[in-house]
Order: sequence, then structure tokens, then C-alpha cells
Amino acid sequence: MVELCGLELAHPIINGSGTFDAIAARRAFGEQLLERFPFAAFVSKTVTLTPREGNPPPRLWELAGGLINSIGLPNKGLAGFLAEDLPQLAELPVPVIVNVMGFSRQEVAELVQACSARPEVAALELNVSCPNVETGLVMGADPDELARLLARVRPLTDKPLIVKLTPNASDVVAVARAAQDAGASALSLINTLRGMALDPRSGEPWLGGVTGGVSGPAVRAVALAQVHAVCGAVQLPVIGMGGVQRGRDALDLIRAGARAVAVGTESFRDPAAGDRVAAELELLSASADGAQLVSPQPF
Amino acid sequence: MTAPLGRRGARITARERYGAYVVLRCADADGPTPAAGQFYMLSCAAGWGGGEGERPFLPRAFSVLRACPASAPLELEFLVEDVGPGTRRLSELLPGEELLLTGPFGAGFRPPHRGRRPLLVGGGVGLAPLAIWQDQLGPDTTALLGFRDAMHAPGAELMSAPRVATEDGSAGHRGLVTELLAAELEADPQAEVYACGPPAMLEAIRALCAELELPAQLALESGMACGFGACFGCVVPTREGYVRLCLEGPVLDAHLLETAAVAGAGH
Repeated sequence: MVELCGLELAHPIINGSGTFDAIAARRAFGEQLLERFPFAAFVSKTVTLTPREGNPPPRLWELAGGLINSIGLPNKGLAGFLAEDLPQLAELPVPVIVNVMGFSRQEVAELVQACSARPEVAALELNVSCPNVETGLVMGADPDELARLLARVRPLTDKPLIVKLTPNASDVVAVARAAQDAGASALSLINTLRGMALDPRSGEPWLGGVTGGVSGPAVRAVALAQVHAVCGAVQLPVIGMGGVQRGRDALDLIRAGARAVAVGTESFRDPAAGDRVAAELELLSASADGAQLVSPQPF
Repeated sequence: MTAPLGRRGARITARERYGAYVVLRCADADGPTPAAGQFYMLSCAAGWGGGEGERPFLPRAFSVLRACPASAPLELEFLVEDVGPGTRRLSELLPGEELLLTGPFGAGFRPPHRGRRPLLVGGGVGLAPLAIWQDQLGPDTTALLGFRDAMHAPGAELMSAPRVATEDGSAGHRGLVTELLAAELEADPQAEVYACGPPAMLEAIRALCAELELPAQLALESGMACGFGACFGCVVPTREGYVRLCLEGPVLDAHLLETAAVAGAGH
């Protein structure tokens, strides 16, 4: 069992927001999804106040060891999510964490208040990787901006508020400290790194959204460094993520200080990846010295 | 039947070459029998990565070419054309080696409306879902297949008595398969068209069927990371907004589409 800001998790492996749609997966895999749900908690795709169609395709570009996605946060909006999706997510055998994003503090406040009021919601995660339209600052890239956001929304709920940090910030540790000082319950990192690809024929941006987020094993070392730095600077529990494919990758993040670990892109390749990573991690952790199972292979 | 949860191994039992194409046959001991038009996400157990640009990384979506439920275990066939690092690696697989797969996913072909004669139209590697559909509809079902050239035309051997068009005239009608289709529809307007192929071909078929007010079911392709609705990468624009091709398709009713020329296929 793992305790994560009051949530009791059967194991440390959860999903990264936007990398697993439990409702769609139930259509594809049927009731076995509930019988062997691959994660110890379910984090929803980002919910915004109003519905979003998402970015025009193409939305994906494959990289060495990963991909760039430019999805653009398509979702039904708060009302649609609460009415249609949340009751279905409540049937999952694990706690539900709802990820929300607003384009102003007022929008985030409305999202937090409405989601928090629902008993199906165990915790909230704030996606702060977007600009505040009122200040032009990315909420999670500036410590003061994030502190003002949390000052507005922290009093609105007693439920855990997890802040998902963006790696596209000049000083992630400063942002993490600001989140802790302003009352965040936990931190999750890393979100995707901004990247882009050009169509080799035209030289124009390939992705409909021009730039996108890089994920997969290509970002794993960056994630480990950021989790290590943040865990050294704050006392809050941290959910580490970025390129986790195996139990060993999860163990690395835990050794760097993470309380829980999210699997994201790897679930695209294997829908049961969360389950497998959890099992591998348990094996590694059960040996008196996990290091014995893995010899260093520097070259 | 839903897909098993998780990626599973499937041993390659046969590999046959048809000109530019390779047909991979594998034993899928744990999977259900797929419906015609459904697809799988394929990768290789070994050597997935390290190709051009250090790719592939993601699995690749393939409509099932043929399923042999009578064999035990169930055998599946996939049609592969080497057009990039993922298809290259897959096309190199040899009998005894292991394929990794998830699926079957998505919505396949629906039976023709009452009184309508099914008419199958394929372009290149897009013949795959039409072969399994012809297996179910019967070998007399009319099939029109278009290929680029003599290297690709041997793909026609995978279907029963198809009429063939090649762009270079090396086999069958010289020109586009849509020309064969137009002639066919003129002779028999009581058709229901089932098509799969490159975006320009599908768009020509969509426009033709819209003009003649004929029902058409189009099997589309889109760049896809997962196959089960997680990544939201495979959306195509429809009259009802973006839909995830992996969930609502890959077979879509043509009247849902303003265009079948989907951006981003085939990266």
C-alpha cells in the first residue's frame, strides 16, 4: 500500500493525465478492464470549463524513443464531464483524480469547486501548463503566478490538490517551492517537453498545432533530474513520470524521491503497461537490494 | 468480442511475398476472431527501434487481411508494404519470430442495405480489409483493385477474381480504379461501395457516391499511437466534428465525411 496525500493506493503506479481514456478502454477491452485495472488510481484527461475540439490533425509525430503530440486538450467541458464521464469513471475500482485546466484563476476556481463537490472525485490535479489569458504568463512557469492561482483555489476544497508542474519553466524547483508554500497537497512532474517537427517535403510544421509535447523514453533522463531536484527541495509527496517503461524506470524515480509513479506513453504501446510496471517494481523492491537485479550498464 | 487487455505475442507461422507486399501469417492463441474491417496494432518483439531515425517506437495499425478461425489456434494474416521504418521492420519478420499485437479494435464493415449489391474497391495495400470482407460476403462479390505498377499488381492474387487497374498499364485497365468503379456504377446503380486505399482515392469514391446518392463505407487510415482511444491522435474531421478513428472507425459511412482526404496518414 502507498499513501498519497490521504489516498490509499494498492501500489505506486498510476497513469499520466491524458494517456489513458478509461471509458474508451472499457469499450475496447470490456469488463476485464475493471477486473484488472492497470493503475492504482485513475487520473482523468484534462477537463476545461467549456468544450474543446482539440487541435487540427496531424496530431502525432514519432521520434527516436518517443513521440510529439499536439492533441490540444479535447474534452466535453466541465458540464459534460460531470454529467456523462464522471459517473462512468466512478465505476473504476480505484480512486479518481480529476485533472483540470483553466485559462484564468476564475476558470480554475469554478472547475475546482464543481469537481470537488462531487463525491466520486478523490483528488484534483491542476494542469498549469497553459497561459493565464489575463497575465499572459504560463501559470506553472512562474512561481508568483502559481502562488496567486493557489491562493485563489486552495481555500475552495478540502480535497487533495496536486499541481502538475511543467518542465518548460526556467526554474522548476522555484515553482515547486511556491506550490508547497501556497498549500499544494502534492506535485506531479514532468509534463511533456515542448517540441516540434517539420514535414520533410515542405519544411512546414508537421503538427496541426505547430508545436507539441515530447514524451516517451526520450525524456526519461530529464524527468529523473527534475524529480530529483524537486524532491530535494520540497517535503510534499511527488508523483514522478516521464518515459517510464519498466519497473526499473519506476524504481529510479522512487529512489529520486517520488512517492508514486505515472505511466503514460508506454500505455499507448501496451494498454496493460501499468500493471506490468507495478509487478516489475514489486519484484525489484522485494529483493533486499533492488540493485542486485540490475547491474549498471553505462555503455 | 472485445480485445484482450494488454499486448500479446503471436508467432509468425508463414511469410509470403506478393510483389512489393509481404503477407505475414501469425498464430493468435489468445485473441477473438476479428470482424472484417477491424484492425490490430503491430510491432516486433525484437528490433523495434534502431531503424531509420532510430525509429520505430510506436506500434503500427493494420487492418486484418484474413482470419482463419477454423485453424487452432486462430491464425491472422496481415498485408505489409515497406514504406517506412515500422513497415520495414515488420516486413522483415520471418517464420518463428514473434509479432506483438493488441486488438482487434474498432468498428468494421456493416452488411449492405437490403437490395444493394456489395462492391469492393481497393487501392494498393488498402485491399487488406476487403479480402476478409470478400471471404465473408462470398467469392462472387465484385472486387475492383488499383495498383501503381507491375511490382504491386501481384497483390491482386489475394482476392477472388478482382478486376485490376494499374497506373502504368502493366496489368489490367490502364488508369485509376475509380474509372472502373464509375463504369461499374453506371451499369448497376444498386450498389453499396466498400472502399479502402489512399486518401485521394477514397475522396474520389466519396465524391462519386455522394453524387450518385449511393451508400459507401470507407475504411480510413490515420496516424495512431494506441488503437484504443487513449491518445486522441487519430482524429479525422467529420460533419459531427472530430472523431477518433480507432473507436468510431476505421470504417466510416461516407456521408459522415466532408472529405476523405485525411491529413497526416502514413507518417
